[in-house]
Amino acid sequence: MRPQLTFRDLTLGYERHPAVHHLTAEVPEGALLAVCGPNGAGKSTLLKGICGALKPIGGRIDRHGVAPQEIAYLPQAAEVDLGFPISVYDLVAMGLWRRIGLFGGVAAADRARIEAALAAVGLTGFERRIVGTLSGGQLQRALFARLMLQDARLILLDEPFSALDATTFADLLGIIRRWHAEGRTVLAVLHDLECVRAVFPLTLLLARRPIAFGPTGSVLQPETLARAYGDGHRWQEAWAAGATDCTDAA
Amino acid sequence: MSPYDLLVAPFAEFEFMRRALVGVLALALGAGPLGIFLMLRRMSLTGDAMGHAILPGAAIGFLFAGLNLYAMTLGGLIAGLLVAVGAGVVARATRMKEDAALAAFYLVSLALGVLIVSVRGSNVDLLHVLFGTVLGLDDDTLVLIAGITTITLLAFAFLWRALVVECVDPSFLASVSRSGGVSHIAFLALVVLNLVGAFHALGTLRAVGLVMLPAATARFFARDLTVLVALATLVAMASGALGLLVSYHLGAPAGPSIILVAGLAYAAAVVAGPVGGLLSRRAPRRHLEA
Repeated sequence: MRPQLTFRDLTLGYERHPAVHHLTAEVPEGALLAVCGPNGAGKSTLLKGICGALKPIGGRIDRHGVAPQEIAYLPQAAEVDLGFPISVYDLVAMGLWRRIGLFGGVAAADRARIEAALAAVGLTGFERRIVGTLSGGQLQRALFARLMLQDARLILLDEPFSALDATTFADLLGIIRRWHAEGRTVLAVLHDLECVRAVFPLTLLLARRPIAFGPTGSVLQPETLARAYGDGHRWQEAWAAGATDCTDAA
Repeated sequence: MSPYDLLVAPFAEFEFMRRALVGVLALALGAGPLGIFLMLRRMSLTGDAMGHAILPGAAIGFLFAGLNLYAMTLGGLIAGLLVAVGAGVVARATRMKEDAALAAFYLVSLALGVLIVSVRGSNVDLLHVLFGTVLGLDDDTLVLIAGITTITLLAFAFLWRALVVECVDPSFLASVSRSGGVSHIAFLALVVLNLVGAFHALGTLRAVGLVMLPAATARFFARDLTVLVALATLVAMASGALGLLVSYHLGAPAGPSIILVAGLAYAAAVVAGPVGGLLSRRAPRRHLEA
């Protein structure tokens, strides 16, 4: 199977403090991968690195021909300005940016895709609503519709299911399954390990350092989970104040 | 006094009134969209800062060439762009937020301006830079203002989509394209350009009034972006025309009259505006069916 993402001794961080430390892994094309780990484990940081928002401070990321701008990325807290008078329809249509850019028109086929995406997330009838009037779950649905329109080969989701009701959760999970069936590569940061076991064939378990990577069943074992989550003790979440240069071999 | 005497005669009889009217109407055309985007991008005070930033450039132009339209325009443009681009670049290249960067840049620029003005000694002509001469617009100034408005409207047509997307979700735009930074800098350049155009009529410190007050007024009447821009433009035009009439009939200075009329419109909107105005909040209508 061809790789979609290759991490080579990747270290990502902030002001020289590593948040993802010495990660080496290869994500195959079409993978449906859950990224798990405790708070502060570097899960969001890894997604930011993949989409190019954060430059590695060590090692490298190979995206195998996918430019950072071609990646569909849903951040943990989307920065949508809810005070701006924009309709749900227009917000979703933003997903067409790569195709139509600054000047391109929205063709009839595009409009059909926008309507199909709105229907898929259950927001038919919300087209003219101003985004500021949406509930949190409805906004997340709209953002999923926008992701669908981006038509990306690589999709990154940072805790996409936080604070959603059961119906919305099921709907959005259905969309992720559809992406997987279409052969797209999907990486999702998740905390619900039951959901990960049920849906995601591959899992990367992080606790700043990679703990385990591979088929979900073998990754989410009592022993690895104990190493990641600290076996009842808190892991070393805080940065060491007097940290010195890392001397680990590449 | 007949409505004709009140509203039309001043413009029909006096050429300087007609020139002033053309000038403020042209300024209002650019001010409408500019003010709405400044407000929606939470940059309402940025215009004010830029107005101060322009001062040293205009003063240097004045120092070299006297009361020369092009020297002062060029000077103001260079100073404004230096501040706008400098602050924009610092905000995007470092961890400093743009408001703080802009404050730093414009304060330095303003101090420089005051220094230059005082070295030259007190000079009545320089009041022109500070307060404008809307009743003394010559052909060259009118052409300059109309040219700036034309550029502004064309630029908005080109950048509209990027400006909207960058307002709504800047990190999304940054993730799919690099046009966010370019459109932001271009937008700041438009702010500078319009303030430089407006200072000949209204002065550097008041130019921003015709931009922000109509935008703030429109916010109380509409939710839709296109309607907001159209309304702000109309309010700016009406404030310009009414302000000139007020100044004519009362013998008051024209520049402040224009801004005060816009201010009255804003005050009325705050009280009676149907979208979130004071009265609409005090007397809520019965709720709808679920």
